Amino acid sequence: MRSRPRSLLFLAGLAGCAASAQTRAPAPAAPASAGSPQSWDRPQYPSTYHRRPNPPVFIRNATVLTAAGPELTGASVYFRDGRIVAVGKDLSPPADATVVDGTGKYVTPGLIDTHSHLGVYAAPGTFAESDGNEATNPVTAQVWAEHSFWPQDPQIPLAVAGGVTVIQALPGSANLIGGRSATLRLVPARTVQDMKLPGAPYGLKMACGENPKRVYRTRGPSTRMGNMAGYREAFIRAERYRQKWDEWLKERKGTPPDRDLQLETLADALRGKILVHNHCYRADELAQMLDLAHEFGFKIRSFHHVVEGYKVADLLAKEGVAASVWSDWCCFKMESFDGVPENAALIQQAGARAIIHSDDPIGIQRLNQDAAKAMYAGQQAGIAVTREQAIRWITANPAWALGIDSLTGTLEPGKAADVVLWSGDPFSIYSKAEQVYNDGWLVYDRDDPKHQPETDFNLGIAEPGVGR
Amino acid sequence: MRRRTGGQADRRSKVGETGWIAGAARLGIAVLLLSAFPPSRLTAQTIAITNATVYPVSGPKIEHGTVVMRDGRVVAVGPSVAVPAGATQVDGTGKVVTPGLFHARSTLGLSEVGSIASTNEADHTGDVNAAFNVADGLDPATPLIPIARLEGVTTSLSGPTNGLVAGQAVLIDLAGDRVETLVAKSPAAMVIDLSEQSKSAGGGSRAGMLQRLRQLFLDAQDYDRRKNDFRKNAMQELSASAADLEALGPVLRGELPVVAVANRESDIASALRLAHEFRLRLIVAGGTEAWKIADDLARARVPVIINPINDIPTFDGPGARFDGAALLARAGVPVIIIEGETGGARNLRWAAGYAVRFGMAWDSALAAVTLNPAKALGVDDRYGSLGPGKVADVVVWSGDPLDFSSRAEHVYIRGVEVPHTSRQTELLERYRTLPPKY
Repeated sequence: MRSRPRSLLFLAGLAGCAASAQTRAPAPAAPASAGSPQSWDRPQYPSTYHRRPNPPVFIRNATVLTAAGPELTGASVYFRDGRIVAVGKDLSPPADATVVDGTGKYVTPGLIDTHSHLGVYAAPGTFAESDGNEATNPVTAQVWAEHSFWPQDPQIPLAVAGGVTVIQALPGSANLIGGRSATLRLVPARTVQDMKLPGAPYGLKMACGENPKRVYRTRGPSTRMGNMAGYREAFIRAERYRQKWDEWLKERKGTPPDRDLQLETLADALRGKILVHNHCYRADELAQMLDLAHEFGFKIRSFHHVVEGYKVADLLAKEGVAASVWSDWCCFKMESFDGVPENAALIQQAGARAIIHSDDPIGIQRLNQDAAKAMYAGQQAGIAVTREQAIRWITANPAWALGIDSLTGTLEPGKAADVVLWSGDPFSIYSKAEQVYNDGWLVYDRDDPKHQPETDFNLGIAEPGVGR
Repeated sequence: MRRRTGGQADRRSKVGETGWIAGAARLGIAVLLLSAFPPSRLTAQTIAITNATVYPVSGPKIEHGTVVMRDGRVVAVGPSVAVPAGATQVDGTGKVVTPGLFHARSTLGLSEVGSIASTNEADHTGDVNAAFNVADGLDPATPLIPIARLEGVTTSLSGPTNGLVAGQAVLIDLAGDRVETLVAKSPAAMVIDLSEQSKSAGGGSRAGMLQRLRQLFLDAQDYDRRKNDFRKNAMQELSASAADLEALGPVLRGELPVVAVANRESDIASALRLAHEFRLRLIVAGGTEAWKIADDLARARVPVIINPINDIPTFDGPGARFDGAALLARAGVPVIIIEGETGGARNLRWAAGYAVRFGMAWDSALAAVTLNPAKALGVDDRYGSLGPGKVADVVVWSGDPLDFSSRAEHVYIRGVEVPHTSRQTELLERYRTLPPKY
């Protein structure tokens, strides 16, 4: 009963950092230049991700949930050079394509998790790998999750075997402002830079409620009003910082303002370049955070763990903020006490963007199952929610929340070839991901041990590929 | 925060009985509340579910079967059972009928909000808590019980989780307003913990932990033989209190099963050695690496309580794998499936479904959440299957109970249908359309 460690939930918040290969400069929006004498003007931890060359693949005669339209039966999915080329009926495979028989099987986009601590809270779960919460100050916007991320986390291949192709790795939720997130491709890699999804904006992790006030109760904030004051103070400083830098960048003359890592990140959140991801359970608190965003003129891209989202689903829809939720977690702390399994369906019904996320190394292996649970809970309660909508909860909608919806998240021509072949209906408990393609690379094949990469930790400890 | 749902307090129950249960448990007496349900709770009702696909679990599936319940017991199950006159009929056409689900390791009734200490009653702080019986801490009004029930869970082994000897777990039916009506058997098992969690109780090492446990068992045997000497203060110093040693008596006489938490292969092997040395009725819980030692477990006929979704490697069980439950079943080990999600036990049926996903036979997975736990705890004469004389814990499902698309349409506990309401359904109805209905 205590077998699943939940402590991360209580302590963690995330904030990842999605870096781009095109290398955005940090706060000052200046073109990066490797030759510049100034650190802020140079590339900041750029992505070194490169797509691997792979043969073109043609999956034929499958049921396809594209996440961009109606479910297709007897359809084909064709991709090459890391891009979806065509999806539909009446296609024939090019001569050079590897043909995969999809008869009786299903195809979906690769699954995307907006909320993961893989790599920052890595297995085997000792203090040595516990790098997710810089719980030394309530505002640590200066830290970047990618600087904690361990690419050899043995939990990563498990998530891949569950059909996940992209995650946002976030710092924990101990802090009001926990730091930057990273949006990563789950591919075998030696460095986190090799996993950073090119073109993905960074995220900023913020956290409401119980966690910060518990962690800092002896030195503050120790109340929700203290939490609010903490965010406001930070953004007041960030506003001023942004103004100073923006003014200086117009002329670029004289001594530039001092560089402040914390405010650099917050200023980019104010500029809308870094997307705000806000751990926030309670309905009333969510409304406070929307007011905060209005006060400082930034957008919250997605609330996370928004267990009470269903109580203010109309507000989420009106503000255009996505809601990342679990299907049915509840009752592990007071702010989760009002969880209902119909949450995602009610959010969808109100016209807001629902997302199923994991925040958990086991849950991330079953995002499709969690979406299924939430979909059926809604349907059984008489809420009209469709399979086409539910598949978007774990593909297109998280892609939007991470600002990568133009790159991935649906099976449409031109999108990245992030593709999962399922043994059966992904909304059935019995279905397994058989093949997972990440940017066209077959990173997992259930029937072929050559395509079941293990991280270093498991060598000599776990049997290869077992139980996946 | 406490709410009474699913019935009114039974004024006829005597408050003092609660103390009697726990008092008896402290004395190490196995308390069997056989049929001790207040008659007022069961209107002499006869219910017949007809034309359903029935899984009795103790026997093969019955197509177009009928299940008849009367006065809280199953009275007939079969393909050509006559519906008694006056019976309430439930049309089971297209439906699936199973025994109520049995969650064999939970804190249902003992824990409400995980992080709020004032709502948690499962644990005693000591290392050796053999005399600690959780029954008096049960809260029949917890909102988590109706939530679990709506997913077909009718029975729970609710017990402690902390300590080298964590204490006594009790078997509860998920219906009733008083501890007396909730508790079906107390104690139902002694919980011990041989995982890394208990290392501190052994001075920081597993060997120390085992040494301490052996000494404790030897002392309990000694105490059992020499109670007169003990009273006369003519014994050596013993390693635990008289109450704890007394409570270990039924364990060492093989009367009370021992649920031993062990995940690493070597810890499971230790549990097997200990069981052999002291003739314990062992049940392994956790069992992350049990698959590695499945043949030994099968030979010793030791059941394993396992959460099949746990596959994260830790140093307490680096060999975690998704198909562990399937491998154990294939080796002939009695497998008991549990879930470990937040919010009670509502995910139990899906935990069984996960095991099927990774190779366990569907029938075995159903048995793993019904008959297998009942057998392991020695209550299969009453629980875990559908047959004449069994407690009428029955669920009518709209489809495959182990998959997501089905729902529990009717849940009977002791032959009485439980209401289809919970705190969650009340929240849903309040906020189904916005603005809410305040």
